[in-house]
Amino acid sequence: MNPRYVPLAATVAIFLAAYALCFLQYPNMLSTRVIGNLLTDNAFLGIAAVGMTFVILSGGIDLSIGSVIAFTGVFIAVVLENTGLHPLVVFVLALGIATLFGGLMGAIIHHLEMPPFIVTLAGMFLARGMAFVLSIDSVPIKHPFYAVMKGFYYRLPGGGRITLIGGLMLLVFVVGILIAHRTRFGANVYALGGGAQTARLMGVPVARTTIEIYALSGFLAGLSGIVFSLYTSAGYSLSAVGVELDAIAAVVIGGTLLTGGSGFVGGTLIGILIMGLIQTYITFDGSLSSWWTKILIGLLLFGFILLQKGFLYLSKNKRRFA
Amino acid sequence: MNALKSHLLRLAPQIVVLIAVVLLISLAFPDFLTLQMQNGRIYGSLIDVLNRGAPVALLAIGMTIVIATRGIDLSVGAVMAICGAVAAASITSGHSLVYTLALALAVGMLCGLWNGILVAVLDIQPIIATLVLMVAGRGIAQLITEGAILTFNDAGLIFIGSGSFLGLPMPVVIWLVFGIAITLLVRRTALGMLVEALGINRRASTLSGVSTGVLLIAAYILSGLCAAIAGIIAAADIKGADANNAGLWLELDAILAVVVGGNSLLGGRFSIAASLLGAMIIQAINTGILLSGFPPEFNLIIKAAIIVLILVVQSPRVRDLLAWFGRSASREAAVKQEVK
Repeated sequence: MNPRYVPLAATVAIFLAAYALCFLQYPNMLSTRVIGNLLTDNAFLGIAAVGMTFVILSGGIDLSIGSVIAFTGVFIAVVLENTGLHPLVVFVLALGIATLFGGLMGAIIHHLEMPPFIVTLAGMFLARGMAFVLSIDSVPIKHPFYAVMKGFYYRLPGGGRITLIGGLMLLVFVVGILIAHRTRFGANVYALGGGAQTARLMGVPVARTTIEIYALSGFLAGLSGIVFSLYTSAGYSLSAVGVELDAIAAVVIGGTLLTGGSGFVGGTLIGILIMGLIQTYITFDGSLSSWWTKILIGLLLFGFILLQKGFLYLSKNKRRFA
Repeated sequence: MNALKSHLLRLAPQIVVLIAVVLLISLAFPDFLTLQMQNGRIYGSLIDVLNRGAPVALLAIGMTIVIATRGIDLSVGAVMAICGAVAAASITSGHSLVYTLALALAVGMLCGLWNGILVAVLDIQPIIATLVLMVAGRGIAQLITEGAILTFNDAGLIFIGSGSFLGLPMPVVIWLVFGIAITLLVRRTALGMLVEALGINRRASTLSGVSTGVLLIAAYILSGLCAAIAGIIAAADIKGADANNAGLWLELDAILAVVVGGNSLLGGRFSIAASLLGAMIIQAINTGILLSGFPPEFNLIIKAAIIVLILVVQSPRVRDLLAWFGRSASREAAVKQEVK
């Protein structure tokens, strides 16, 4: 097997084994209702994680996505409350702002040559602050169009529902996979993750690609914010705190190397589903406390980092003796 | 004398900014500068700034050393929560104060040891290595407090949060003493220089005989210890351990304090005093915003603006540009560049 696929294979194997264990204990876990809810409940996280996958593939990190999600949600709620604009128009506006915001961070990272970590940290403060300035209260969204959108779903046999947002997440993953593996931009992202210097020598437009990567992450965070506002029917500036950490965890569990350059967008979907599964299992069990979710995700994260390290170590030794 | 002068020169930007912030606030609110003695304690907004800034100042001490090794410690907030929870759980189950404090500090150092081993032995990037404990840490803290806010009323433990010594609040005394102790430790021995060497080029310092692994682990243990002290203070301050909110996002404030202190995130030269001044600048701005009646939400935007400003100033490209403009004035820099 191509060693590139080892982390991905491990992720899929763990997911299947975990699901099998859950199924043995609670046969209902395999019902389409549970699967449908798994998709719906994790839709916003999944969409944001696709953007994070691209950022991490390029060797960067984006800490601002949780704040951008909150800002988008508050922005939509406040604009809908105070103007007569149609939600679709507001969505376009919100996506535009989020994309610009991401692109601006990308430009700062490239042109000022500063670590992405600290630039996106500033972005995180700024977006959260702007959300607070718009409104510190939770603003409900009562527009009839929201009810219409919530009414869209595809009924699976067995009573499960693929909701609009659950379906949208799957669509984003499909498009993300196509972009990563079938476009020049995707190839550039992988090249950049392999090393900025080599990428430049290969003729990758480093400036444009960096800006596009963070703009894409901003766009997807904005989309995730829209999905989150559909999911909760409200905009609240304190929501989605720490989503960036969950997204990073999902990307790592999904088998993407944190040093960049190697990984799969599809793996992130499995990573999201594993995290969702842990949450669902804890809900099913009823006696386990919710904080076990955090500990288990931390342990999984640790396990996968170790796996990556071992994998890198082996491949390095092979090269040395070859 | 020359050494003192160069020290002051290094700290000058932070001192100027701190004085400017304080002056700006006191222009709008003359009360800001007044200090009163009451019941043997000094009261006033300035003391309040020192007091409220204690957790971030303590975290910034450890964070400075970790960042100087070219690392970062994201777990300090979670470690604060763990140590606060351990202290509260230990004191409520009847253990003595000394035992409780020793236990909480030991747990903090253990967390630091874990991070250090991940970074130094397993060679994991610091952001990711400490992310593990950042994610899992709050869960562990909740496990200890069993999800509730553990309250206690042990006078000794509470004294650490709200007592006073020589007229100063206890937290201020603790961070001042600890900061001076660590500064002396790293500057009166070769440790500080070795840390800087490690941060600039780990391989080169290993080859020249520095035991970089031990040094790296020690840096993270120190960070864990700082987080433990900050956690105990935070818990003692509210007379309870809140696993969810204790130290939440303080890791970011601590990093910000280090950056405001003019330390490079890329490792190398560091100044603990500058980081402490950075922590006080942040806290003074916080207090100023609260006093001025602006909604506290503006805090975040101001923090973002500060980061962007520092980024621009620290950016290699902007520095080159400035060097180009100032070439005639500082011929030395130009010569240095030519040598490169």
